[in-house]
Amino acid sequence: MIFLTVGTHEPFQRLVRAIDDWCGATDVAPDVFGQITVPKAGAYEPRNFEWVARLTPLEFADRFAQADLIVSHAGMGTIISALQAGKPIVVLPRRGHLGETRNDHQYATAKKLAGRAGIFVADDETHIAEVMESAMSRIDSANGPVISEFANPDFTSALRKFILA
Amino acid sequence: MKRKTRILATASAGGHWVQLMRLRPSWTGLDVTYVTTDKGLEAPLRDDADRAGDTVAGFHTVVEANRWNKMRLVRQLLHLIWIISTVRPDVIVTTGAAPGYFALRIGRLLGARTIWIDSIANADELSLSGKQIGKYADLWLTQWEHLAQPGGPQYLGSVI
Repeated sequence: MIFLTVGTHEPFQRLVRAIDDWCGATDVAPDVFGQITVPKAGAYEPRNFEWVARLTPLEFADRFAQADLIVSHAGMGTIISALQAGKPIVVLPRRGHLGETRNDHQYATAKKLAGRAGIFVADDETHIAEVMESAMSRIDSANGPVISEFANPDFTSALRKFILA
Repeated sequence: MKRKTRILATASAGGHWVQLMRLRPSWTGLDVTYVTTDKGLEAPLRDDADRAGDTVAGFHTVVEANRWNKMRLVRQLLHLIWIISTVRPDVIVTTGAAPGYFALRIGRLLGARTIWIDSIANADELSLSGKQIGKYADLWLTQWEHLAQPGGPQYLGSVI
C-alpha cells in the first residue's frame, strides 16, 4: 500500500492531484490511501484512490505501519517517521510563491536532504511520475530502520550535560 | 537527597513534536512534563515510556496557534503561563514553534534555564521565532552547521 499524507495543517492539492493523475495513468491502479486534510468546498477530490480528510495519531500510525511507500509534502515529521520505519518516501515540497506555505523552507530543506538513502524528491508535480517509479523500484530493497529511534548520542549527551549543569 | 531536575519539554504537534521525541535520551530518568497541541499524542508517548521503563511526570495540551491567529495565541499564552507557574521547571526545552517560543519567554521570567532547538525544517535560514528567541535562550541551537554563527545560534548536532 502507498500512503499519501499532506500533513496535519493545510491541504496540498497540487500533490493530491498529481498522485491521482499518476494512479489514473497506470494500467493496474496502484493501491493508494490518502490523508488529504479538509479541502474547501468544491476543491479537488481524488477519483482514483481511497482518501480521508483527517486521521487521529493512532490511525495515522496504523496506516503508516501498513504502507510500503510514503508520499508526502516535505514536512520533517513525515520524513523522519519514514526514515525511522525504514520506508522509502517520495516528497513534493510546498512552495512559497504558490501560497502552499509562507516561504520556501520545504524546498530548501528537500534540496539538502535529496540523495539521502530512502528520500526521493520531486522538484515539482511534473516529476511525480518518474520519481514514483524510481521509489517503487526500491520498495523491496528497503528493509529495517534506516535510522535509529533517537538522535545521535553525541547530540543528546551534549543536551543532557547542559540540562544537568 | 537532591530532587530530580525538572524539565518542561514542549513542541507543537507534527514535525516539531517528532523532533522533540528523538531527543528524549537527553532527559531520560528526569522529571519531565510535556506540552503539545494534540491530546492524541499522549497515549503513544506513555506507551513508549512504559516500554523503556521510564515515566512521564506530566502531559498537557494547549490550543494550536500561529502568528496569524492572535486570539488563539493569547489563549495559548495564558494556558502556558498557568502550566509553567504550576510545574516550575528548572529547564525548558523546545523544538518550536509557537508554544516553545512562549514557554521560553515565560520560563526566563520564572528563572528556568532555556533551550531552543530550531527545527531541522529550516535549512536555509533560522525560523522567524528562532531568530527572535535568541536573546531569551540560554542554549540557542540550529540543526544546520552552515547556519551557526559566532554569536549564536550554535550547532551541536541534529535529530537525524
